[in-house]
Amino acid sequence: MTDDRNAAVHAREARHERARMLGLALPALAVIGAAVVVPILWVLYLSVLDVQGHFTLGNYLVLATEGANLSVIVTTLKVSLLVTVVSVVIGYPLTYLLAQLPPSLATICMLGILLPYMTSVLVRTYAWMVLLGRRGIVNTMLVWLGITDAPLQLMFNTTATVIGMVHVMVPLLALPLYATMRAIDHGFLRAAASLGAGPVATFWRVYFPLSLPGLSAGTFLIFVTSLGFFITPTVLGGGRVTMIGQQIATAIATYDGFGVATALGVGLLAATAILLGFAMRVLRLDLMRAP
Amino acid sequence: MTARFLLAPATDTQITHLGRLWLYAFAALALVFLVAPTLLIIPMSFTGAGFLEFPPRSWSLRWYIAYLDSPEWRDATLVSLRAATLTMLLATPLGVAAAYGVLVVERRTARAIGAAISVPMMMPAVLIGIGLYLLYVPLGLNNTLAGLVLGHVALTLPYVTLLVLARMKSHDPRQELAAQSLGCTRLRAFLLVTLPQIRYAVIAAALLAFIFSFDEGVVSYFIATGTGATLPRRMFLSLQFGVDPTIAAISSLLMVLTILLVAAIQIIQSRGGPRRKA
Repeated sequence: MTDDRNAAVHAREARHERARMLGLALPALAVIGAAVVVPILWVLYLSVLDVQGHFTLGNYLVLATEGANLSVIVTTLKVSLLVTVVSVVIGYPLTYLLAQLPPSLATICMLGILLPYMTSVLVRTYAWMVLLGRRGIVNTMLVWLGITDAPLQLMFNTTATVIGMVHVMVPLLALPLYATMRAIDHGFLRAAASLGAGPVATFWRVYFPLSLPGLSAGTFLIFVTSLGFFITPTVLGGGRVTMIGQQIATAIATYDGFGVATALGVGLLAATAILLGFAMRVLRLDLMRAP
Repeated sequence: MTARFLLAPATDTQITHLGRLWLYAFAALALVFLVAPTLLIIPMSFTGAGFLEFPPRSWSLRWYIAYLDSPEWRDATLVSLRAATLTMLLATPLGVAAAYGVLVVERRTARAIGAAISVPMMMPAVLIGIGLYLLYVPLGLNNTLAGLVLGHVALTLPYVTLLVLARMKSHDPRQELAAQSLGCTRLRAFLLVTLPQIRYAVIAAALLAFIFSFDEGVVSYFIATGTGATLPRRMFLSLQFGVDPTIAAISSLLMVLTILLVAAIQIIQSRGGPRRKA
């Protein structure tokens, strides 16, 4: 009897203790709620109001009927897809090699991924402006080599936008992929080889499937980040490659009221949320472990 | 010697180094692509000319002087320094507390809290930017340091929390129980036993919060204008009008700062990792 009461008291104590520990996370959750969740809900709310503050779906109608907004959505998807594909084509083989180097050499080479990862996006965008400009290094080289007579227009187009964005995205792929690849047990590869699989078959039928969790996490991160990317496309696209982020910024400045800007924002939110749900349900990504 | 190296097997499937030369060349090119563009800015920033060239024909510090002499750039730098310092000072304790909470509560609650804390990391910065801007309009918080810091703390919290949490997971919680059984309160046990052991991860997280806030350009584009403009925001505006060599000087300084912080984080992380059993 006393033991039972004792146990009950202990259980209650433990519950209280856990509740108090839960309180430790509350300040962080409150800040995120106030500065991220509430603003996003506010955008949702404003997107269904007209200039007078009455309920309307007109903002979404503008979105669907104005050709400019539709072409922005198409451009956003096209650029994001291109960036994702190019980043994987560059990032996968690079990470594949890095993951097989001896640890000391790999640490040095990983700096080549960590350094750009930590460098300001503005600095990196500026670097590409300098490289691709009319008097930039690339044009100087092309003229010097006699490939062209006059400097080419390399900036303010899709190519420049994609190059600048790929430069930002490759580390986003390389970091989760590297962790996955390092954890692959090479005994499987030896087993495949000893059973007669050639190098190509060993790679595609053993190594590649084992690297898929990292690859899908990285690919997903790149695509979602690309959709909402703002600084690099605005600068390197120079107004000729308008993605949704830039369109939102322009809409805030040009339209009366915030309806169209917020409707575009809700579109971006929906795309992100759907992709996020897909990644967590179908691909079973543990995004908390992403860098 | 070289020939023997080239023909030696490099993988478990007996591919020789020679057979993988294409991969080595490809990886080297990819690393050059990642590292060279930003590093090239540093020598170019010392040009004596009115425009950027590589290699510079004359050397000078004129663009560094131009940066330091400009009240606008100086003000923007001060705003960013203040915001980054405050963000670091606020996000670090909040993140450590949240990580501790996540670790102690039961699994399902911990997952829910972890997911909620990762939200800022998953949402597009542009969306958070216009949301904060529109919310701050009635509150009068646009272009204020308080409004900027609130946004930056929320944005950095996932990174701080996850970094500290990863380190705490390899820490033995029974040590704290031992301290408590010897009469420490839970807080004292944490401060005296756990915190000293995870301090490197906490410092790394603090540095990360600082650099994140100092470099953040999207949310501050929307909520920090006029006299409240941050350094990244001013840089962004300037980039839209062409290549100003002053930005090369600023970029070089930012890169040196980034390299120092990354080096510090790397050193701190390698010293602070869990002890490996021999």
